[in-house]
Amino acid sequence: MSEPRLEVKKTSKLFIGGAFPRSESGRSYVVSSAAGEFLCNAAWASRKDVRDAVVAARGAQPRWSTATAYNRGQVLYRVAELLEARRGQFVHEVRAAEGATARSAAAQVDAAIDRWVWYAGWSDKLAQVAGSSNPVAGPYFNFSVPEPTGVIGIVAPTDSALLGLVSVVAPVLAAGNTVVVLADEQRPIPAVSLTEVLATADVPAGVVNLLTGPADELVPVLAAHRDVDGLDLAGAEPVLAAAAEASGATNIKRISRGVAPGHDWRRDPGTARLLRFVETKTVWHPIGS
Amino acid sequence: MALDAGGAAPGTSGFEYAPAPESRAVARIQSSYGLFIGGAFVESIDGGTFKTVSPSSEEVLAEVTAAGPLDVAAAVAAARAAFEGPWGTMPGRERAKYLYRIARLIQERSRELAVVETLDNGKPIRESRDVDVPLAAAHFFYYAGWADKLDHAGFGPSPRALGVAGQVIPWNFPLLMAAWKLAPALATGNTCVLKPAETTPLSALVLADILQQAGLPDGVVNILTGDGTTGAALVAHDGVDKVAFTGSTEVGRRIAESVAGTHKHLTLELGGKAANIVFADAALDQAVEGIVNGIFFNQGHVCCAGSRLLVEESVAATVVAMLKRRLGTLRLGDPMDKNTDIGAINSPEQLGRIVALVDAGENEGAERWSPPCALPEKGWWFPPTVFTDVSPAHRIAREEIFGPVLSVLTFRTPDEAVEKANNTTYGLSAGVWTEKGSRILSMASRLRAGVVWANTFNRFDPASPFGGFKESGFGREGGRQGLGAYLDV
Amino acid sequence: MQTVGDLGVRHAPLDDVVASAYRGAASSDVSSLISSQDRLARFLAGLPGVDQVGCEQRAAALATRSIKTTAKLTAIELAISMIDLTTLEGADTHGKVRTLCAKARRPEPTDDVVPHVAAVCVYPDLVATARHALSGSGVAVASVATAFPSGRASLAVKLADVGDAVAAGADEVDMVIDRGAFLQGDVGRVVEEIVAVKEACAGAHLKVILETGELATYDNVRRAAWLAMLGGADFVKTSTGKVTPASTVPVALVLLEAVRDFSSVTGRTVGVKVAGGIRTSKDAIRYLVAVNETVGPEWLVASRFRLGASSLLNDLLRQRRKQLTGQYAGSDDVSVE
Repeated sequence: MSEPRLEVKKTSKLFIGGAFPRSESGRSYVVSSAAGEFLCNAAWASRKDVRDAVVAARGAQPRWSTATAYNRGQVLYRVAELLEARRGQFVHEVRAAEGATARSAAAQVDAAIDRWVWYAGWSDKLAQVAGSSNPVAGPYFNFSVPEPTGVIGIVAPTDSALLGLVSVVAPVLAAGNTVVVLADEQRPIPAVSLTEVLATADVPAGVVNLLTGPADELVPVLAAHRDVDGLDLAGAEPVLAAAAEASGATNIKRISRGVAPGHDWRRDPGTARLLRFVETKTVWHPIGS
Repeated sequence: MALDAGGAAPGTSGFEYAPAPESRAVARIQSSYGLFIGGAFVESIDGGTFKTVSPSSEEVLAEVTAAGPLDVAAAVAAARAAFEGPWGTMPGRERAKYLYRIARLIQERSRELAVVETLDNGKPIRESRDVDVPLAAAHFFYYAGWADKLDHAGFGPSPRALGVAGQVIPWNFPLLMAAWKLAPALATGNTCVLKPAETTPLSALVLADILQQAGLPDGVVNILTGDGTTGAALVAHDGVDKVAFTGSTEVGRRIAESVAGTHKHLTLELGGKAANIVFADAALDQAVEGIVNGIFFNQGHVCCAGSRLLVEESVAATVVAMLKRRLGTLRLGDPMDKNTDIGAINSPEQLGRIVALVDAGENEGAERWSPPCALPEKGWWFPPTVFTDVSPAHRIAREEIFGPVLSVLTFRTPDEAVEKANNTTYGLSAGVWTEKGSRILSMASRLRAGVVWANTFNRFDPASPFGGFKESGFGREGGRQGLGAYLDV
Repeated sequence: MQTVGDLGVRHAPLDDVVASAYRGAASSDVSSLISSQDRLARFLAGLPGVDQVGCEQRAAALATRSIKTTAKLTAIELAISMIDLTTLEGADTHGKVRTLCAKARRPEPTDDVVPHVAAVCVYPDLVATARHALSGSGVAVASVATAFPSGRASLAVKLADVGDAVAAGADEVDMVIDRGAFLQGDVGRVVEEIVAVKEACAGAHLKVILETGELATYDNVRRAAWLAMLGGADFVKTSTGKVTPASTVPVALVLLEAVRDFSSVTGRTVGVKVAGGIRTSKDAIRYLVAVNETVGPEWLVASRFRLGASSLLNDLLRQRRKQLTGQYAGSDDVSVE
């Protein structure tokens, strides 16, 4: 019989601009499992962490939005590859976070991996499906293309720590946006682990930034930030979401409202989330000789 | 010498165009109007009345009803009944035929509509006749064809209508904006409550008559005249499922706040401060036409107006000189004259805003220029104005003036042009002028604007999606994409 | 109705600023520019392009000007004074030319207010007849020359053609450029011919026909116009009338812009002649509006603008009667030549 070995625990950190800082505030909060056991001390992100994350997302915008769609697709597919390789870890974490059965947790992780694959394939098809050549009544060539909205703040769903998170983040990335994600406050560990996957999956620094901490403190900061172009309030509870939506009017943010409790994230996602944070640009040019 | 031997009238005497006024008899404006609710013109329950005035003469054209909260409730109820009744269950192919009818009726009554629009709005009859009215008819014609093809529009099988749409439109293109709102909403199976602008209610009331002639079922479209309080009441009404607004960013912001936390869908088409970028290798004569059309079309009362001219430094002096020469040929005056290029400013309030910003431009040190131009004594007028020596920090380079005022800035490189063009909180439109194809595509992809006009400006078509980036709003009007604003997607 | 801007604005000198857009034209000596095929080609290539759609849209917008009542009467009489009354048929005879000259001198015999036309335009062998028939009238004699209309002859033959016309008393010579040479990039040869013809004109005014229908693009029209002006043209002219399309308002716009800019850069005034297919008063008035709003009213004089036409004159006379009497004129109310 070997000696019992003490497990090495991972410190839970934020993910900003490709780095893994602790919260600028130096604070943390306790994360427990569904069964009530201590899991970790998660970083308690501050207003300044929100600011830093937005700066990182804005800085990453030009490169990510102008990367070829083929390149973006490969990067997202790479995330699926790495996630598959760490499947066991995520099953374990989802189980601990949500109290799911092993079978249910495995199904969720599999669905999350497949969702990355689904959206990876969309990156170079979005413009073909959402764009158009428009037959105007005159001597003009006129076409429309979907372009990314820019920097999107995402409040991750609170009932699906991995699949729900992937379901809201991946489509927004596939469309060329960069994101600041607020993880499920009570179940942040799968999200934090996902950032470790993203960091090694060729996702450029700043494209995804993840914060952990109390939603009622951080969502208002994100919603009022004038350099955030859109808000996905998927996981925000109604009162918080309404206030965030109103606050987002400061710079006419595009708003995706909250998701009804009990939403089944395994459902076919369709294209709705892919199209939520795109801007149609229409270009005219005369046809002449 | 023989060449100087021409007989009569050497050109020094000039070639004055005699007045060519359009007849206003065709307008048939009534002395007063009620509200159009449930398919009929009705008296207000709790509203008041106000007068609509012709901006070019200050003449009172008609007395119009200001809808009150109970009127709003009645209109929304009528729209709801129509949605749950005939309109909501009608096959798309039947809805389509109503829209085709409306398109044809607009064409048949085009002259009347043009005259009404020009009298009420102050825009030149040439524009209402050649732009506003034909485009309004075309918009209904285009969306008519979608009504029975929604399954194929890329929004999944059997996309659903949203319900009752509350639509608030501005005064700059009154009939056309009504068409932009109503046509896609009806094609997708919604019912509507439309609130025209306070200063330009008349063409929407003619449209109501057209809807009656078309036999549109009662309550499918309801038209409530009134001021901002009517619009606010409509937007805030619980029975509204969809809010569509075109107007200023300031009001759009308030509307976005008002619908926050509700079930209402929202699209906004707001202000702009478009850059019109002219490179040294542009087709300069056409670029100058594009600059003129970009900022002086409709007195500059255009959200997508090319109000910031960004011209490459090496040709800046040339372009400005050509522009000034061209502005000398613009004809300002009676909007009903078929040769008028620049009509009246829509309201004294708008004139005040223009004057205030122009004064700010002068105070901040920009160089103001207008062609010598006598303004009519009655009505509200502002001469075509060009500011040079404008710095990006000046208010006239940042704020939407919504008038015939152009700010000229310069750039040296394509990167600088993009940077300056995008340095605005707005993102509705942009223009690029260059004969170099690859540069057009590069600029078009780098400009953060919903519409990029390359080697043209201010072109509109029902098949072409229109709408903004950033604080110019969200959602699109026109094209297949325009259907998305009225479907549950 | 008021026009924004007075003459002072519309005719502000543009010399320096426009010159920058026409790199090389103003600053360089014209004779040295045209003596180098390479420099000339580079100069022409550097002229601002013309966007076809934008140009045609501007022409269409100008066509919406509503010219009524007194303005229409003025325009009709102005148009009559600018006509180069033309007959260029293989079947032309001395008698036909004499008839035409009588019409040119007094288009409306019962009304002295109606001006005579600007010129009568014929083939070189009929110049003497026209000269005789028009003596003392103030109506000029114009002759096409240079192997009109194709221009496919040696320079010697073209110059002999010009010499004949001038010797017979032509006041004005309408030459054609070598379109083949232009299209194959041999702009030096085109300009050399123009210079040579100008010399052979010996003081007669030179109109250079570009035959814009064969040049096909507005860019080419603009370049050819500059080539003609640099070569010494007194007028640039759209068409022979033998090729379709002949003159159009957009083509005229490009020529008007060219003479406007050339005048700004060099200070020399060049006229524009539109010819071919101009049959109705409405057509003619559209050109006058284009002149008025592109180069300004000082170009609205026969020494700077011409309408090459034959049947146009009778339509102008009929429309004039309509303006004066309020009744539409009958087809036999005016003489047929």
